Amino acid sequence: MDWQALILTLRLATVTTAILLVIAVPLAALLVLGRSRWLAALESLAALPLVLPPTVLGFFLLVLLGPRTAVGRTITALLGHPLAFSFTGLVVGSVIYSLPFAVQPLVAGFASIQPALVDAARLLGAGSTRVVFSLFVPLARRSLVAAAVLSFLHTVGEFGVVLMLGGDIPGATRTLSIVLYNQVESFDYAAATRTSAILMAFSLLALGAIYLTGQVRGGRRA
Amino acid sequence: MLEFDLRSSRGSFHLEVECRLAADWTVIFGPSGAGKSTLLRLLAGLDRNPGTNRRTNAVQGTVSLDGRILTDTARRVWTKAGRRRTALVAQQPSLFPHLGVEANVAYGLSGLDRAICATRVAEMLELVDAANLVKRRPQDLSGGQAQRVALARALAPGPRLLLLDEPFSALDGTASDALVDRLKVWLRTNGIQTVLATHDATDAFSTGAEVALLREGRLVAQGPATDVLQNERERIALRLMTP
Repeated sequence: MDWQALILTLRLATVTTAILLVIAVPLAALLVLGRSRWLAALESLAALPLVLPPTVLGFFLLVLLGPRTAVGRTITALLGHPLAFSFTGLVVGSVIYSLPFAVQPLVAGFASIQPALVDAARLLGAGSTRVVFSLFVPLARRSLVAAAVLSFLHTVGEFGVVLMLGGDIPGATRTLSIVLYNQVESFDYAAATRTSAILMAFSLLALGAIYLTGQVRGGRRA
Repeated sequence: MLEFDLRSSRGSFHLEVECRLAADWTVIFGPSGAGKSTLLRLLAGLDRNPGTNRRTNAVQGTVSLDGRILTDTARRVWTKAGRRRTALVAQQPSLFPHLGVEANVAYGLSGLDRAICATRVAEMLELVDAANLVKRRPQDLSGGQAQRVALARALAPGPRLLLLDEPFSALDGTASDALVDRLKVWLRTNGIQTVLATHDATDAFSTGAEVALLREGRLVAQGPATDVLQNERERIALRLMTP
């Protein structure tokens, strides 16, 4: 068992999930509460990673964050090292790649809240921030759990973006998916089975947690 | 004094009303679909947000309360719903389901000292005869109880204008009459102008108020309840008798 890769994978998934929730809650609220026609474009952009091949996304990010672009050169100058082939680079790639898995459950959850409740809050003086944190978040808590679990799992299992953007550097960018790929490539099927079992166990436990939350709460409402 | 001159379109429905309401208690009377709820929502500052999508914003006109301009679409003035000192209680109470009765009533009192807030909540619940419900959850309330709590919640921040959209439909007759009587005295004492929208002629008569008659999005009559409703009754009778 490659414990270093397991710990790195869990660290990557945890950091990515935390960042995603911070980004996705206001983004989903904006998509539900906003009225601008540009929001449709923003929603499409947030959903793009769903249909974009991970290797393509990884390649774009590799080029964008590399020394050939102004963005890449600025980041390198600020951090003292390029983002590509680093843990921070992986976090950036994972956040973009898993964004729809955080945003979409939240949009569905927030949109299911009765508009009359939002009207009531607004009439009582609540601004958008208060509407989000006093109504949306508590009333759509199951969607919040789903967004967190899906983002975490998606990050644990990602391969294309990680390989393109991070390569295979032990302790820095070698995640469990990369380990599994290496094991299969070297025909070590016994080790590959163990790694696969761990990845599958993550998925089953997390999905079980989502459905258990729903049952404990006593319904399917967000 | 509430003055408004509003034009609004939504699909095939057009609302066009110009009115000045000076009475403490005015009833906007009209059949279902006349535009009562649309009008109240516009007065409350809901349904339009200038500066966003102008194509779907088919609202034009002005609203002023005691001389203060709340809406003036020509000058792109649209005071936010929570800053109009206007409360709206709709037919559905829409209590926040994850908060208890006390927290629901206190929702509009954020920023106040906790003790002052608690006193205000108690006072409002007492007013609507719901002091015994303070520890209950919205799910445990009957329709009438929820409506009383919604009324207390709306009045707690101290509005200057109270808009009621058939809010007493869930209360039984005797309870409703007693509540309305007590409420009218309290509202007058506290200088809160009230506009009640209803399709029930009994409500309009029983409150003995100034009545504005709304039909198909137009204000067709305004005056004392007896005059306006008598004319309306004669009009309906005439229409029924005409082959």
